[in-house]
Amino acid sequence: MSELTSLTIAEARSRLKRKEFSALELTEAHLSAMERARHLNAYITETADLARERAKESDKRLAAGEGRPMEGIPLGIKDLFCTEGVQTTAASRILEGFSPPYESTVSQKLRDAGTVMLGKLNLDEFAMGSANITSAFGPVKNPWTPQGRKAELVPGGSSGGSAAATAAHLCMGATGTDTGGSIRQPASFCGLVGVKPTYGRCSRWGVVAFASSLDQAGPITRNVRDAAIMLKAMCGYDAKDSTSANLAVPDFEAVLGQGVKGLRIGIPKEYRPDGLNAEVNALWNQGIDWLEKAGATIVDISLPHTQYALPTYYIVAPAEASSNLARYDGVRFGLRVPGKSLDDMYAKTRATGFGAEVKRRIMIGTYVLSAGYYDAYYVKAQKVRALIMRDFNEAFEKVDAILTPTAPSAAFGINDKIDTITMYLNDVFTVPASLAGIPGASVPAGYTTEGLPLGLQVLTKRWDEETLFRVCQSLEDAAGFKGLGPL
Amino acid sequence: MSYIIKGQTGDWEVVIGLEVHAQVTTKAKLFSGAPTDFGAGPNTQVSFIDAGMPGMLPVLNAFAVEQAVKTGLGLKAKINRRSVFARKNYFYADLPQGYQISQYDQPIVGEGTIILDMPEGSRNIGIERLHLEQDAGKLVHDMHATKSFVDLNRAGVALMEIVSKPDLRSPEEAGAYLRKLRAILRYLGTCDGNMEEGSMRCDANVSVRPVGSTELRTRCEIKNVNSVRFVMMAIDHEAKRHVEVYESGGAIQQETRLYDSARNETRSMRSKEMAHDYRYFPDPDLLPVELDEAFVADLEKNLPELPDDKKARFQKAYGLTAYDADVLVSEKENALYFEDVAKGRDPKQAANWVISNLFGVLNKQGVGILESPVSAKNLGRLIDLIADSTISGRQAKEAFEAMVESGKDTDTIIAEKGLKQITDTGPIEAAIDQIMAANADKVEQYRSGKEQLMGWFVGQVMKATQGKANPALCGDLLKKKLAQ
Amino acid sequence: MSPTFSIDTATVRRIATLARIEVTDAELSTWAEQLSGIMGWIEQLKEVNTDGVAPMSGGTDLKLTLRPDVVTDGDMVDQVLANATEAQDGFFTVPKMVE
Ligand SMILES: [Mg+2]
Ligand SMILES: [Zn+2]
Repeated sequence: MSELTSLTIAEARSRLKRKEFSALELTEAHLSAMERARHLNAYITETADLARERAKESDKRLAAGEGRPMEGIPLGIKDLFCTEGVQTTAASRILEGFSPPYESTVSQKLRDAGTVMLGKLNLDEFAMGSANITSAFGPVKNPWTPQGRKAELVPGGSSGGSAAATAAHLCMGATGTDTGGSIRQPASFCGLVGVKPTYGRCSRWGVVAFASSLDQAGPITRNVRDAAIMLKAMCGYDAKDSTSANLAVPDFEAVLGQGVKGLRIGIPKEYRPDGLNAEVNALWNQGIDWLEKAGATIVDISLPHTQYALPTYYIVAPAEASSNLARYDGVRFGLRVPGKSLDDMYAKTRATGFGAEVKRRIMIGTYVLSAGYYDAYYVKAQKVRALIMRDFNEAFEKVDAILTPTAPSAAFGINDKIDTITMYLNDVFTVPASLAGIPGASVPAGYTTEGLPLGLQVLTKRWDEETLFRVCQSLEDAAGFKGLGPL
Repeated sequence: MSYIIKGQTGDWEVVIGLEVHAQVTTKAKLFSGAPTDFGAGPNTQVSFIDAGMPGMLPVLNAFAVEQAVKTGLGLKAKINRRSVFARKNYFYADLPQGYQISQYDQPIVGEGTIILDMPEGSRNIGIERLHLEQDAGKLVHDMHATKSFVDLNRAGVALMEIVSKPDLRSPEEAGAYLRKLRAILRYLGTCDGNMEEGSMRCDANVSVRPVGSTELRTRCEIKNVNSVRFVMMAIDHEAKRHVEVYESGGAIQQETRLYDSARNETRSMRSKEMAHDYRYFPDPDLLPVELDEAFVADLEKNLPELPDDKKARFQKAYGLTAYDADVLVSEKENALYFEDVAKGRDPKQAANWVISNLFGVLNKQGVGILESPVSAKNLGRLIDLIADSTISGRQAKEAFEAMVESGKDTDTIIAEKGLKQITDTGPIEAAIDQIMAANADKVEQYRSGKEQLMGWFVGQVMKATQGKANPALCGDLLKKKLAQ
Repeated sequence: MSPTFSIDTATVRRIATLARIEVTDAELSTWAEQLSGIMGWIEQLKEVNTDGVAPMSGGTDLKLTLRPDVVTDGDMVDQVLANATEAQDGFFTVPKMVE
């Protein structure tokens, strides 16, 4: 059955249509791969029975010639998306036992496109982390291992389960969410394509909120075409989300062959700080070279406020999170720890239910919003955010897309002792686009000397995912990156 | 200055600002599609959004925005073309999201005015702002020994918080302000103004100062008083408490106090004393509300006639006194009723019947004009019958009482009671002849100059005709016959 | 990183109370140290000249879309209460509060 799990979404889509195998067979192949790879801890909840049921329904539709765009494609869903009747945890103890009576818009759209949910994927608690080590359900292991030394690596985060499962062929693709890099950085760490669309492309309705003005859903897949197919199914206007864009969804797949000839690609000098990892730097140069050879014009640009993006993010995101996570109080759902008064119950429930990183961010967020600090921190950060946005707007007057590294390094060890701020620095290249609300993607482009994957990041202006996909496809074509096969 | 507190050290005046929470008349909540009906079973009017479930997002109710703008226009206030919803963060069992979505530094409506007609003249009271926000849920404390119960039916219901400037100077003015505000809201149809059901709630900020002083002293906020009368009593009590504290050398602490209507006193809400730090910030789930000029202009153009304008028109068009006009316009339904009755009739007589007779009955029965046992049509008919002399004023009163009691229409009552006035001269002349024959002595006395006996003769005729004789006709005929 | 930046334990306690997260006395100083470190790092934002810059709020430049005033939701008390640890007679229940 391993042959089935090695397929891309695009391949499986046409072979299902030709009835070379059934959706149920495809699903079973993945379910048994999941069973064999439980040591990766990629899934929090496996929904095998539900998957078989939906696969059978897909087979009926395929037999009747009524297959939908992604009929029968087995996917993993990040456990931040509420799924009707299926435990949804956000990888937190505080959501213990929570079974949503509703389905998130994005996972509903994927259902409506005919996909089969295999289970709910592990993540950093409330999507707060860059290594998937803050999950209440334990860390996720990266299926990639370094050559020449024994080490267990992180898959990146927060969509670590999504990346690990997709890389290890435990699903054909997975949903992720990206608040400051949580799709792109794990995609880079696991040799995958990860796309964070423009803020407003994917509905946030039914996705457990981390930071509302930044959160965006997107696909993690093994190639660019699959990402285009999956994103098309995920996005679109949703009247239930006030920040959802009422714009037509382009056919991302249709632009993939168009190449980059004539496109102007910006290279921001601020993304090449002193001390940038040499392998990352070299790969970036390689990427510039590929695009130039493919007919793009390379333009040096400046995004002068880049260095302030991360501290800005660590005001804005925790501030919003401190408020978004106030609803976890033990009253209406999830964990409740008894207390002698209402406030005592709140404090005990939240102290027990939230992990250290989540508490840290709630504390920072509460602090920066509190009386006397609001202007100095929150308002200041929103002003710097406006400047970061302005940097990008000015850049996109000169260029069509921007190329940068995705992350400052390859995947690191699960047991590496990393201090908080160094951990935050993982997102140094991804956070600016999150703050600006522009689309960004990571494409696997090469390897470290230890054979670990490294990704390059492509950014475009708002609503221009078509150019984003063209550049990504061009990089993928040039890189000839080989991912992991089925385990 | 009509309200002065006589202290031992001198005269004090009170400074009052009111914050009114008015439930916006809408079918659905401010940010969800759940209904807003009063009195439904617990948690039956709750969406996942109202319950603060994970991943739920608010979507603003367009009609609530329209209602707020309408209200702003009715208060002659500045409409802010751009306003922002902010989160007010605090933990409480009636607040499922852990924050209230409200408006903070950029409300939808800015400064405006309410004009009060006080006995000593008219007073302009400033409106500071009006903003939209969500209501909280309801807590029930008496259902269990160790637990409080939470009902989220009200959670998320649209409220307008209307904040006055500290321009009010007496409990009477505060009462007049509330009644006037309620009238305006009801005229506009933006709030039903029902204080018993909690669709209008009032917080009063009260401080005192020596007469002549312009300083603003420490104020106390009296929370959630649920009738106009209680607001007035609470203010009076609180103002006197301040004077006592100051005069005994004490200081007033800025705090929130609760009014106990059973004891007519205010007391500190210690449970709410924990330092609040609401950490307001713009709600990132929502975008700024931007109103285009045409939208506001259109609402303004279609604004109904409001109490002040209606009052002026009643005085001018109907020749009513300021007092009568004021009474009639205080409730939109009353004014409508009056105009129905007055249409094509003597407006002063219509006003008289409505104010002196009908309102008396309604007051006694404790019902509003919409539940009036006598419809405008029937009252109008009654006035018509007086005008064309079908019935006498006295008969009209009798008929009116019967109509109030039975709810039957005018003509039915008149027929049932046989109240038709006798306007044929024949039967009246016959009665007069009979009375004169039987009372020759009185006829003699009248003819010799005792003209005050005319009243007695009229009475006799009325008695003989069971009160049905037209009194004027009766007098004319008597005069003629007695003179012979 | 600003070496002078420091958040004291009293501030930590105030923040933890506002956030309703129980913190033991033993944890206070650890929290103070951690938050001081992060906030010290964030201090670099003060270098940025933001004079005359309007703060950006929200992640998008789109216009707000509104909802018509139509009842489309509610009447599902069982589902609303389904995930609560404690519920009785159609209500959520919490430890008794005194007003
Ligand atoms: Mg207030
Ligand atoms: Zn309020």
